[in-house]
Amino acid sequence: MNPKDPLRRVLYIDLSRKKYWVEDRRDLFEEYMGGVGVAIKLLEEELPRNADPLGPDNAIVFAVGPLSALYPTASKTVAVFKSPHTGNLGESHAGGRSAIAIRLAGYGAIVIKGASEIPVWVAVHGNRVYFRDARALWGMTSSHTVGRIIREREPGRGFRTIMRIGRAGEKLVTYASVITETYRHFGRLGLGAVFGSKKLKALVVSGRGSIPVVDRKAYREAYKKIYDLLVESPLMKKYHDLGTPMNVLVLNKLGALPTMNLAKTRFEHADKLSGEYLAEHYLGRRLACAHCPVACIHLAALREPYVDEPYFFKTTFIGYDYEPIYSLGSMLGVGDPEGALRLMDRVDKVGLDAMSTGVVLAWATEAYEKGLVSSDDLAGVELKWGDYEAYMKAIDYIVEQPTEFYAALARGVEYAASKYGGKDFALAFGGNEMPGYHTGPAAPFSFLVGSRHSHLDMGGYSLDQKTIGKSLSPEEIVNKLVKEERWRQILSSLVVCFFARGVYKPDIVVEALRPLGYEYTVEDLENLGKEIHLNKYRLKVREGFSLDDLRVPRRILETPTPHGVIREETIRTMLDIFKKRIMAELGRV
Amino acid sequence: MRRLSIVDVERCVGCMSCVFACARRFGEGGVAKSAIWVGSIGGVERGFRVVVCRACSDPPCAAACPTGALKPREGGGVVVDYNRCIGCGTCRNACPIGAVMWDNETNKPIICVHCGYCVEFCPHGVLAMEEVG
Repeated sequence: MNPKDPLRRVLYIDLSRKKYWVEDRRDLFEEYMGGVGVAIKLLEEELPRNADPLGPDNAIVFAVGPLSALYPTASKTVAVFKSPHTGNLGESHAGGRSAIAIRLAGYGAIVIKGASEIPVWVAVHGNRVYFRDARALWGMTSSHTVGRIIREREPGRGFRTIMRIGRAGEKLVTYASVITETYRHFGRLGLGAVFGSKKLKALVVSGRGSIPVVDRKAYREAYKKIYDLLVESPLMKKYHDLGTPMNVLVLNKLGALPTMNLAKTRFEHADKLSGEYLAEHYLGRRLACAHCPVACIHLAALREPYVDEPYFFKTTFIGYDYEPIYSLGSMLGVGDPEGALRLMDRVDKVGLDAMSTGVVLAWATEAYEKGLVSSDDLAGVELKWGDYEAYMKAIDYIVEQPTEFYAALARGVEYAASKYGGKDFALAFGGNEMPGYHTGPAAPFSFLVGSRHSHLDMGGYSLDQKTIGKSLSPEEIVNKLVKEERWRQILSSLVVCFFARGVYKPDIVVEALRPLGYEYTVEDLENLGKEIHLNKYRLKVREGFSLDDLRVPRRILETPTPHGVIREETIRTMLDIFKKRIMAELGRV
Repeated sequence: MRRLSIVDVERCVGCMSCVFACARRFGEGGVAKSAIWVGSIGGVERGFRVVVCRACSDPPCAAACPTGALKPREGGGVVVDYNRCIGCGTCRNACPIGAVMWDNETNKPIICVHCGYCVEFCPHGVLAMEEVG
């Protein structure tokens, strides 16, 4: 790496002692590049064995990589932590301005440890770190208001990111999110609850520095090449035009759109939730993450009248994407687009993960239908498919937890089903609620063994869709998915948005890195991807993860996919193949 | 002569590709040397402002410069003579649109030279070069 690149600087913030310091971690950045590669090692160093995810011993690592702020679409920040939702490795990525702000503040990573006694927000302005009193912000109804207040209170020209939690994080809901720049999220696995447990209301980072490169001419040329590939690529156009909701009709047509707790895979109102319909009727603005020409962020402008006064309206901007449309729309049988948008807005205000929330509520609806829980358990909320007003109320109750049942829902569907029954239709994999793809056998396998339990780990949903009508052997599926996941470790160490993976092919990555002073070959990158993947697994196993006790929810075996009915045996066979391979590579045979 | 013009700021998605492009003229990453800036107007949902020199025909920054380091440029805007510039910051205060950026590393102003490099990297039609004078 370029010795003048500030990437190797790691900022440590200790909330218990209200102290901060910077360490030169060139050792880690040379060996693991950046992003998730470095973050995993930093977490391993900081996290004591079997630490309580909601105790002061848990650590949060935010990391960016060598391409951040230097190339387009290198716009994501990786967060790793111990997840209060699964009790194991938590990893979540977000864009907004976070990556650019951290990089231009002069850091490759930020480590947050300890816990504050009073609510604080932490502001990082270049080399200075400030601990601010957040007691007046604690308990505030809307995370949007928190963002607005901090935006006005904090100085700092340049790139500024404001990562904050809502009430859900304060109340330690294990799938609480961290919201950044209002419309982007560290959504999955409960980073918001970890913030809440540390009494950390928000983290502000601003930076406006420069980053020297080794070969200026080659850098400009490589930049131009990648930029042109990006803006001319058809995939990028799709993300810009309709955004991720372009998938709604595609998956519905395939019969892969989980509907009403996956009782069905086609939703009769899918057209009203489609990217096409939303764009035509509600799209108010498109936005980009900093340093991304694509601009995939779609905001609906929802105009609503007040009932108490004629001609009195409010217009709310609501970010929408495929995943919340699936989880808060089809999964709950909500076919009214305005109802679905209101649910998305509510989830953002309180700071919950949209996917987990939708799946939890879908399970609760079915559990109520089947008589496993009573109206009293639900504090009088009559959960019914499509009734978004009831779901709005239930979302508030997941946060406020007025009954034991809501307290259980606040810990996720796996936990709730272990207390109230209904495991067969509790759609969690490794403790994390399923994403919106009932595409075939590769998807659930990837949810089970993906190193962060995300559909984005291995791209199983994508492999399924590409192989409809063909039959791949379990061995082939495992091999393809592992190869993909290992390459994705490189993308999330650079750190490049996965949406641009079609442009950042191995040879392009080598070309992008060279002017920055990195002499990687494609083979080096592949080896590093494997090493990072194994490092994650090593940490997961250390923290108690086992491939032997993974639960396959019965519901996914009952409802057919575009590949037909998935047989449990197929998944178990893939798990065996995977286990043999990974354990051999870890030297644990 | 040509000048950089903001054709339609409502098309801006806030990607800041222009800001990074400007810094790359010097072969650098980051934005410390950029003469153009994009910021939200109080929340990204409301849209953005693009701040850059608009090539005034009678530039107040040049009128305010006490050392004659800023010379009006043919076709509008200014040319900075960095040898004469003492980094007093008077030009920055004189520009009512805030288009005199500041290089904290050299303590001197950064003002757009209307080269048009950023236009090549505006993917959504916000920026264009236009003929003047």
